[in-house]
Amino acid sequence: MSRLHFAIALGALVGGMLPQEALAVAAPGMPVAGAMSWWVWPVALFVVCFALGIVAVPAGVGGGVLFVPIVSGFFPFHLDFVRGAGLLVALASALAAGPPLLRGGLASLRLALPLALLASASSIVGALAGLALPASTVQVALGLAILGIVVIMAAAKRSEYPEVKAADRLSIALRMHGVFEDRGGRQVTWQAHRSPAGLVIFLGIGVLAGMFGLGAGWANLPALNLVMGVPLKVSAGSSSFILSLVDSSAAWVYINQGAVLPMVAVPSVIGMMLGARIGARLLGVLSATVVRRLVLALLVLAGLRALLKGLGAWN
Amino acid sequence: MSRTGPADPVQARYASWLEWGTRAGFALLVAGFAAYTTGLVPAHVPVDRLPSLWGLPATEFLAQTGIGAGWGWIGLIRGGDMMNLVGIAWLASCSLPCLAAVAPLFHARGDRVHAWICAIEIAVILLAASGLLATGH
Repeated sequence: MSRLHFAIALGALVGGMLPQEALAVAAPGMPVAGAMSWWVWPVALFVVCFALGIVAVPAGVGGGVLFVPIVSGFFPFHLDFVRGAGLLVALASALAAGPPLLRGGLASLRLALPLALLASASSIVGALAGLALPASTVQVALGLAILGIVVIMAAAKRSEYPEVKAADRLSIALRMHGVFEDRGGRQVTWQAHRSPAGLVIFLGIGVLAGMFGLGAGWANLPALNLVMGVPLKVSAGSSSFILSLVDSSAAWVYINQGAVLPMVAVPSVIGMMLGARIGARLLGVLSATVVRRLVLALLVLAGLRALLKGLGAWN
Repeated sequence: MSRTGPADPVQARYASWLEWGTRAGFALLVAGFAAYTTGLVPAHVPVDRLPSLWGLPATEFLAQTGIGAGWGWIGLIRGGDMMNLVGIAWLASCSLPCLAAVAPLFHARGDRVHAWICAIEIAVILLAASGLLATGH
């Protein structure tokens, strides 16, 4: 997004919401408190998403995984609308990141397309199931899923260049191999193994993404890198590309079910996108380790909040 | 071993189509939201009514606002809030032309498997978008 886009987006939010309210406040006899209430939450949402966008980049996580538990735990919106907005936040980030990753060879279409196909089909099932289940059940499951994600994020190791002695038959048939240009122009060839296991894992990832409206980068990356032996950079790039297809399918289910409320979704998307731009610029300034610990602590709090809210213990 | 880098015309074509689609989607999203929140285009559901509605499940929200499920919002497109769904739907669809654009390239280089995967992925997204799949609390 250019500076012009930045200015337009900010103008749409601040300029769009505040002048109406300013007029309402200034007009004699207007019920100020009642009139003010509608815009407070979208503005707060924008601010929170802007902050989440800033920390998401240095922490190496997608915005969606932070957005859903935090917004569902601390904002008055129904979980349906939060999940719908969460999918759009993750989708918008993945779409924006896609072109440079594809051009640079860091997202591999041949690797990503088969995995994305299975995950996007299963994300429809997940979305339908998530919207059919009682909100309290989904909230409990979300809390457990978030706490599980914290464990995965804290424990999972990463391998920059995993050793793949031999590609399996399926990955050969699906041509899951390639070359990418690493630091200093070094050409790195790569291939994948354990592709049947990878395909099954992506089926499950799709269900979770659709059910909870979470971006699934937290799961895509270890599945590609640690299970299928894809180099870390190609895993990260392809993970983002896979998200763009998985979240498209799931987002359509939410749109058709009326679970996408523009007043919730649009400030979230714009806030997260703008925050991520700032976060990318702060990459060299902030300590990634400190930010990552902060994000994990935030996720623990949000996961516990979701769990206890679902159980009726913290409303 | 074939490349997946800048020399790969399939990846380059997908990237170009995606770039334009995403830019257009964001422009629609921001313009629609500005028109909605400034009151330039009156909303189907007045903004000051939203706080009493956004805590409801989606099915109940639709019932209370008279918006039909599936593509029912298209009939209310003159409302500023419904107009915003155009930008959202655009973003959720902008991978479709990209997939359609690269499928023939895969086919032309003899990679029929990936050409078919593109076609099936298009069918999956269209199925999700069709509104034929329904559920609710």
